[in-house]
Amino acid sequence: MSAVLDHPHADDHDHGAPHGWRRWLYATNHKDIGTMYLVFSLTMLMIGGVLALLIRAELFQPGLQFFNPELFNQLTTMHGLIMVFGAIMPAFVGFANWMIPLQIGAPDMAFARMNNLSFWLLIPAALMLVLSFFMPGGAPATGWTLYAPLTLQMGPSMDAGIFAMHIMGASSIMGSINIIVTILNMRAPGMTLMKMPLFCWTWLITAYLLIAVMPVLAGAITMTLTDRHFGTSFFNPGGGGDPVMFQHIFWFFGHPEVYIMILPAFGIVSAIIPAFARKRLFGYTSMVYATASIAILSFIVWAHHMFTQGMPVTGQLFFMYATMLIAVPTGVKIFNWVATMWRGSMTFETPMLFAVGFLFVFTMGGFTGLILAMAPIDIQIHDTYYVVAHFHYVLVAGSLYAMFGGFYYWSPKWTGVMYDEMRGKIHFWGSLVFFNVTFFPMHFLGLAGMPRRYADYPMQFTDFNMIASIGAFGFGLMQVYFLFFVVLPVMRGKGAPAPQQPWDGAEGLEWEVPSPAPFHTFETPPRLNAQATKVIG
Amino acid sequence: MIIMNTKQAPSRRLWRRAAQCMLALGAALANAAALAVNDLPGGPAVDQIDLTPPVTRIAADQIWLHSLLLIICGVIFVGVFGTMFYSIVRHRKSRGHKAAQFHESTTVEIVWTIVPFLIVILMALPATKVVVAMKDTSAADLTIKVTGIQWKWGYDYLKGEGEGISFVSMLDPAQRAMSSAGQPAGDDYLLKVDHPLVVPVDKKIRIITTANDVIHGFFVPSLGIQQSAIPGFVRDTWFRADKVGTFYGQCSQLCGKEHSYMPIQVKVVSAADYTAWVDGEKKKLAAAADDPAKVWTLDDMLARGEKVYNANCAACHRPDGKGAGPIKPLDGSAIVLDADKGKQIEVVLGGRLNGAMPSWKALSDTEVAAVITFTKNHWSNKTGQVVQPSDVLAARK
Repeated sequence: MSAVLDHPHADDHDHGAPHGWRRWLYATNHKDIGTMYLVFSLTMLMIGGVLALLIRAELFQPGLQFFNPELFNQLTTMHGLIMVFGAIMPAFVGFANWMIPLQIGAPDMAFARMNNLSFWLLIPAALMLVLSFFMPGGAPATGWTLYAPLTLQMGPSMDAGIFAMHIMGASSIMGSINIIVTILNMRAPGMTLMKMPLFCWTWLITAYLLIAVMPVLAGAITMTLTDRHFGTSFFNPGGGGDPVMFQHIFWFFGHPEVYIMILPAFGIVSAIIPAFARKRLFGYTSMVYATASIAILSFIVWAHHMFTQGMPVTGQLFFMYATMLIAVPTGVKIFNWVATMWRGSMTFETPMLFAVGFLFVFTMGGFTGLILAMAPIDIQIHDTYYVVAHFHYVLVAGSLYAMFGGFYYWSPKWTGVMYDEMRGKIHFWGSLVFFNVTFFPMHFLGLAGMPRRYADYPMQFTDFNMIASIGAFGFGLMQVYFLFFVVLPVMRGKGAPAPQQPWDGAEGLEWEVPSPAPFHTFETPPRLNAQATKVIG
Repeated sequence: MIIMNTKQAPSRRLWRRAAQCMLALGAALANAAALAVNDLPGGPAVDQIDLTPPVTRIAADQIWLHSLLLIICGVIFVGVFGTMFYSIVRHRKSRGHKAAQFHESTTVEIVWTIVPFLIVILMALPATKVVVAMKDTSAADLTIKVTGIQWKWGYDYLKGEGEGISFVSMLDPAQRAMSSAGQPAGDDYLLKVDHPLVVPVDKKIRIITTANDVIHGFFVPSLGIQQSAIPGFVRDTWFRADKVGTFYGQCSQLCGKEHSYMPIQVKVVSAADYTAWVDGEKKKLAAAADDPAKVWTLDDMLARGEKVYNANCAACHRPDGKGAGPIKPLDGSAIVLDADKGKQIEVVLGGRLNGAMPSWKALSDTEVAAVITFTKNHWSNKTGQVVQPSDVLAARK
């Protein structure tokens, strides 16, 4: 216990945290930087959410009511880019910053100043991305996939978007290097790799994915940039370039990217379920192997996004088989979680509700993924609302729900106060219901053949679009509720003081430090018990 | 302020909000009723929840595969989550359930890796068959090139009955206007085009896609085809419709602002109707061709003649009209400059020197007249003569 708080010179308490704006701008403390990441991503979530609601408002009825098609395409593009690069990815880095040092008994992240830089790079990038709406010609309107040669027709905002993504990519790479080095070098004695919490494992693997694929994205968008301005023809068919090559490069990044957005979520859920089932995670080793297999497989499935672009039979078969194979390790994970719950002693506080919700709804997204993987079926539903439903089931009900769960689970440690359980439950049930009201009908729209990224649609699709729009506004409202009635109160310290160990079934070093976690933790390496879950002596 | 209020009475506030939502929902449904719409045969049905009814073998296979997967996934889903919910109900602390201690079992792990693997293989087998069938575009009865153009579709009948027919198909402008006005109406809203693609029933139609500007997506659900149209590249797909009717699709690949306004309408007709349609189109094409009785002005003739010259004559007589080696120059040629137009017409229609200068009688009267007029008034040739198609027609007799 003493090692946790052991401050060698307890008298100079002051040197810890600088005050005022310097504390944040010059931040090198992993907890402060983690907080900034989380606040940033929540802000971006709200901006991206507003864009989503504008899209749903336009689609409430057939006919153009609010926006012209140009602006509509900008909204869908920016919603995608902001949510992927501004909300989901930075949020997981925020969780990593906060939790990885605490979970492995390290005093901080390995490269504290690089950590600061990787956060602060996000701000200009995000500003450039969001403000591109006000550039001549408006924001990019190519869809978040930025397919060439449509990108060649865009105005100057495309360049701003490309530059923003370059910066965000650099930030991600630095964040990943930091995470890898921290995990590999800074674990407390006794915290062997195979005793590490799964959240650290999933992030370790994710960080390798990021380092492998972010440069690929950077390459693709740099070539787009030179095609636009410097007369090259990488993707411009007018000069002998190949637009399909862009898609291959983009999805070589893009498919691992979707696992980048889900693997840390697996880690969070793997922490929550055992805690509330009061039972150790079933099949820890197989979970690690399953995560690694998913990561490796993610590199050889990219062209399943391109079945309708036309490719040889063998190519189509290969990518179909490889994609279907991913169902196996993912299935193993689901089975392991259910087995963890089996014959546990469960309680259902908000984190557990979100974890179970994740399991249930994410799996539906997994099944639709399997269906989309079948090339012949994909011909019918590629680029329709079925795809939109699929990836929102895995990204909202998957990544976002896991992060909500993670917030409820760890915020007592971050803030030192307990969130209001009733409000957490309202947030969960409201989100769950409205999420399904929004996205379930989209499966039907897709099966019926409604293409995605449509500003207007045939009248037969009206009812399901209306239901989806109503659900979307409900879902948006629930997130506003979350912000004002859950997040802000705990950030202001309103609520019951959190005990050091708010969850009686939770294990791990993060629960060995007081709540809120002091500015400096584990300054001297703690001595751990055999399972590396407790600090002894 | 709202926040403060709500804090004092969150539950009452919530109920009021819920009531407002219900009201909005009611209004929406009433509104939906006002937008009366019926199923569109060959297109989407109102509130359709499954794939579009198939008119090709491939589409039927796709639907069968989808149903198979839905059943398999449904069974697994019920199995896994039945177990989970049973556990959630029974194994809770509030019911005094004590946590068991087990946390690993290699046997179980192996079983639930191998079993899903086998299921996946089971799914892949029928899918493979369909993929192979889908990709077999050989031995087509009719080949049509589909060109995606921002924001319309160009159709060129390349091979088979109707070869040479070519037209552009775009959304009915009235529907585009309705969309902008926010006043949609009609069962074929956003699906009606001016010139549908017409194909015969029970014939293998090979579709070759390409595009002029950006990538478009040629997507007709009931035919079971979706193929991107990529600028600078050609791709192909095929279908064989087994019943007549009109089938609808839309562009599936984001192609710019009017992406939602470039529908596809395919009319599948009987063999006899198709032949009749082809004849009609051919007649229309002929009618649209040059009227031999038309009297042209010099400028129009020169513009037209330059094209004909470049396409047919420039290879030998050179673009500068000087010829080369045995090829006679046209620039300054006595026959070209002759006041009697008939001499040059005779040469062009009949050829010279046993076909060293070939006969060009395959060109239309207008084309022959245009190219002669061009040569008579280009380079240093300045005769001011205009040869009319009627002159050529007269010379042919």
